[in-house]
Amino acid sequence: MNCTDFLAQLTDYFDGQIDRDLLAQVQAHVRECHHCEVVLDTTRQTISIYREHEIYEFPAELRERLHAAIMKKCRGGR
Amino acid sequence: MPAIQSPVTDEIHPDVALVERAKRGDTAAFEQLVRQYERQIFRVAQHITQNREDAEDITQDAFLKAYEKLDQFQGNSKFSTWLVRIAVNESLMRLRKRKTSKTVSMDQDVQTEDGSIPRDFAEWRPNPEQIYGQGELGDILRKAIQGLPPGFRTVFTLRDVENLSTEETAEALGLSVPAVKSRLLRARLQLRERLSRHFRQKNGGPKP
Repeated sequence: MNCTDFLAQLTDYFDGQIDRDLLAQVQAHVRECHHCEVVLDTTRQTISIYREHEIYEFPAELRERLHAAIMKKCRGGR
Repeated sequence: MPAIQSPVTDEIHPDVALVERAKRGDTAAFEQLVRQYERQIFRVAQHITQNREDAEDITQDAFLKAYEKLDQFQGNSKFSTWLVRIAVNESLMRLRKRKTSKTVSMDQDVQTEDGSIPRDFAEWRPNPEQIYGQGELGDILRKAIQGLPPGFRTVFTLRDVENLSTEETAEALGLSVPAVKSRLLRARLQLRERLSRHFRQKNGGPKP
């Protein structure tokens, strides 16, 4: 497996949808290629950092205001 | 290796009953669905439009539209996926209105190969100061995602922020599964490059 093949498998790898044979090839490539090892590690961090941090606030006041506006529109609409 | 995947379940989703009640005119049932998903819909709209006022309008419009079109919801997909699809369409429409000279669609900027090949091979890791510091991490994450083309930003938001499955993301966006996978790869790689600039500089040298 070369670096291009590695990239092509990256999405399935993270989604846990890679078959066992290809997974072994990805793991073998990463052991040999430091660049791809870094890409794998930092891409994994990129995904988890966005999963773990709410980057936009949704304060209770906004939520209540929005909720009331939605329900007012719906009740008036149908 | 942690697989990043949504759980798959064959059980009947509790939303099904709520939707059925709402279809028969039970506003309280619909209100429960609103409570359940208002945060998610707001977050999706804000990620795509990058604008809080737009996100507020879109959240209201999306729920109103869902309420009005409830009879058209066949239950072939999850209610939440259907709702997200409405919110995504509203968000992209809003972007189109805002940038009158520029077309905004799921296809924009996806032709270019830009950002699909990794260039930065420095190891990085956000330091504790960045993670726990006053809003710095949030600023970095917001700026990085703002810089993505809308088509990539939308796929990344649904798949990685909202944790929809690849299939649900495809359904919500009206894209094929391979198209979602290819955009997701490029979105993730582009974001990785952008974050690398911040986390590597900060960790590697003295603070400016």
